[in-house]
Amino acid sequence: MSKAVDRNSPALSAREAAVRIQGVTFRRGERVIFEDVDVHIPRGKVTAIMGPSGCGKTTLLGVIGGSVRPEAGSVDVLGHSLVGLSRAGLMRVRRSIGMLFQSGALFTDLSVFDNVAFPLREHTRLPEELIRDLVLMKLEAVGLRGAHTLMPSQLSGGMGRRVALARAIALDPTIMLYDEPFTGQDPISMGVLLRLIRLLNDVLGLTTVVVSHDIHETASIADYIYLLDRGHVAACGTPEELRQGSAWARQFMNAEPDGPVPFHYGGPSIAADLLGLAEA
Amino acid sequence: MTEILHALGRTGIGAFESLGRSALLFLYTWRGMGEVLTRPRLVLQQVYATGVLSLVIISVSGLFVGMVLGLQGYNTLVGFGAEEQLGVMVALSLVRELGPVVSALLFAGRAGSALTAEIGLMKATEQLAAMEMMAVDPLHRVIAPRLLGGIIALPLLASIFNTVGVWGGWLVGVGLLGVHDGSYWAHIETTVDLRDDVVNGLIKSVVFGVAVTWIAVFEGYDTVPTSEGISRSTTRTVVHASLAILALDFLLTALMFD
Ligand SMILES: Nc1ncnc2c1ncn2[C@@H]1O[C@H](COP(=O)(O)OP(=O)(O)OP(=O)(O)O)[C@@H](O)[C@H]1O
Ligand SMILES: [Mg+2]
Repeated sequence: MSKAVDRNSPALSAREAAVRIQGVTFRRGERVIFEDVDVHIPRGKVTAIMGPSGCGKTTLLGVIGGSVRPEAGSVDVLGHSLVGLSRAGLMRVRRSIGMLFQSGALFTDLSVFDNVAFPLREHTRLPEELIRDLVLMKLEAVGLRGAHTLMPSQLSGGMGRRVALARAIALDPTIMLYDEPFTGQDPISMGVLLRLIRLLNDVLGLTTVVVSHDIHETASIADYIYLLDRGHVAACGTPEELRQGSAWARQFMNAEPDGPVPFHYGGPSIAADLLGLAEA
Repeated sequence: MTEILHALGRTGIGAFESLGRSALLFLYTWRGMGEVLTRPRLVLQQVYATGVLSLVIISVSGLFVGMVLGLQGYNTLVGFGAEEQLGVMVALSLVRELGPVVSALLFAGRAGSALTAEIGLMKATEQLAAMEMMAVDPLHRVIAPRLLGGIIALPLLASIFNTVGVWGGWLVGVGLLGVHDGSYWAHIETTVDLRDDVVNGLIKSVVFGVAVTWIAVFEGYDTVPTSEGISRSTTRTVVHASLAILALDFLLTALMFD
């Protein structure tokens, strides 16, 4: 089965790519999440990772961040190979990575202010007044400066994710990874976030990876898109290329319910399941 | 039959694996202790959290255990006409055995389970993963201060338990049963030895503190990150810690007071 219809992965050189994932295979138990996947993230660009729910987008961010160790293949982040890297070495690479978790992952025992201040206090010896200014600036950028005294339990889901974003950019990382940044945002803060992600990328010269299901919004800021499906890169290219690409890519990009993209998690047919034939 | 063997083998292997993982956790955590010592506030916070959590239950239990010792001791000693030795009996029982053991058991139930649940929840809500992604090692930032905090808190709590217990014995013996006040204290002072009794009791507390807190932080860190997993880990903390305390107590007693 050749699913790699549009597989024109740009095979970037080490200098052009911030992240180079080559031939990566990863399994969870019996289930194959990635099989011989190549993903190159160009430096200074916004790259979007999309694909059906459960196809391994979060896992891919984990591979880039070094929390998921693939069975085979190579992962280079900013010129450092993550394969076989020591814990200390990994920590050094991570200092230049900011990650926004799907769940936000705020520290529930710290206030909003202290959450954003956390990476600054851990990694720098800045005086407290300077930390205060930096934290308030980052919170201002996500529109939550007024909420700095609140505890995470007092925030809505969308607000929590924005605080987490402020925390992720606190140390001015080189690579920003966003896992579903737009879930739970109202249209206005969604627009603000979109512009913010693009702005951070362009002004600070970051490399950005966005995982999202909001196709149109994400495509509007992405320079490059990877579509993942069942362990493979199903398609990749600029948003324009994908809209004109294979049936699969078109269906996904236009969010059509019918087409080659399956809605169901793999398993026996429903008839077999309902009639109790699954074990047979 | 083979199924039973298989199951037995799996359980055995599982137990050894988690033993190995907990040893690794301990090792990595100790490596971070140097860093933690430069930030004593983190440790103090934990001493406060675990200590204050357990203070009420430790004091009340200490009082009752002391009072029971006073009552039982009096009934035995009065038969030999040696009731003025009551203070010594109460104090030695507490300092050598009951203080360290009972306070450690209470500590496991109160602070140990809370520690496991807290760390387990941090794991389930990806707080530990987020910390790692910020290049902060949770073993150093979260686990190490909690381990050290527990190890410091338990001997303090045991000392409070002993103090309150001796006073509880006095309350019953001197206050209710008419033992002579001066001889209650005087015999304690002359008989209880600093090195043999008090220091040995404190060593026990420190060992129990290491065991209980280690088990608690390991169970939290190693938990299956679901609500069911956390509840099981919390239970395991209390069970394993209690067994460890009693087994270690036998070992230490054999070594110290032979
Ligand atoms: N801890 C885990 N243990 C076992 N399997 C897992 C685990 N985490 C994820 N998986 C599996 O790995 C696959 C990929 O998960 P992942 O979280 O990367 O998906 P995703 O693309 O981010 O999905 P979504 O869009 O819903 O967030 C899923 O099919 C899931 O079943
Ligand atoms: Mg995901």
